[in-house]
Amino acid sequence: MNEFKISFRENGKVHVMDLRGYLDAHTAPNLEEAFQGLIKEKKLNILVNCTDLAYISSAGLGVFMAFIEDVRTGGGDIKMSNMSPKVYNIFDLLGFPMLYEIFTDEHEAVKKFDAKKQSTK
Amino acid sequence: MSVRVKQKVTKKNLRIPSRTDKLVLAREFVADAAKVFGFAEDDVNNIALAVDEACTNIIKHAYHYATDKEIDIAISMRKPEFEILIQDGGNHFDPKRVPVPDMKEYISHYKRGGLGMYLMRKLMDKVEYSIQPRRNVVRLIKYLH
Repeated sequence: MNEFKISFRENGKVHVMDLRGYLDAHTAPNLEEAFQGLIKEKKLNILVNCTDLAYISSAGLGVFMAFIEDVRTGGGDIKMSNMSPKVYNIFDLLGFPMLYEIFTDEHEAVKKFDAKKQSTK
Repeated sequence: MSVRVKQKVTKKNLRIPSRTDKLVLAREFVADAAKVFGFAEDDVNNIALAVDEACTNIIKHAYHYATDKEIDIAISMRKPEFEILIQDGGNHFDPKRVPVPDMKEYISHYKRGGLGMYLMRKLMDKVEYSIQPRRNVVRLIKYLH
């Protein structure tokens, strides 16, 4: 119960990271590397799909905090979707819904990215 | 005449190396004991996460990521009290020097770090730190309701 995997795909103009498994101090560097990769390629509309995210500790939460400012300064955003109640509870305990938009499903999150894009035209 | 029955204390111990890939062992160890003790799933998850946070702090701050050290986890169970003592022999840590973050302020300045202690206090009923000669001890308690 230590595995953590990230897979990447596109949903329209949104770059989706699907997280699977356990995000703790051991696996958090993998997420850090993933964000660094996306930012380097200027892929700044980032949706983190948490359907298969079984566990998160503050090490994982800290990775989101490390990149949000750069991503938003670059005109993008990090949004999240499909969290289990267990995982959402931890985000909520730390007040993350104040800073991040967290959606119940991916479709709603992508619509929000699209809506933002439309409003800046 | 009332007869007071002394409740038995059940103890379990685990020692793990100070490596982040061993955090899963600490989580599973306490989760298994918490389940048997009678905690509901949410509480079991919270206890496991609190222990993860404590052990991660030890690896980072007490041991500075040295992987050849040890972390001792001792569970002591007597209903309704589920106590976990997590001990290390690393650098002393003064919890009073870590400010309790105001999360709104913290979040709005995109800070990171210091979340582990905050989470532990939210997840457990009691969190106590003591510094003993050559040992730091974190005491976590959760009560079964």
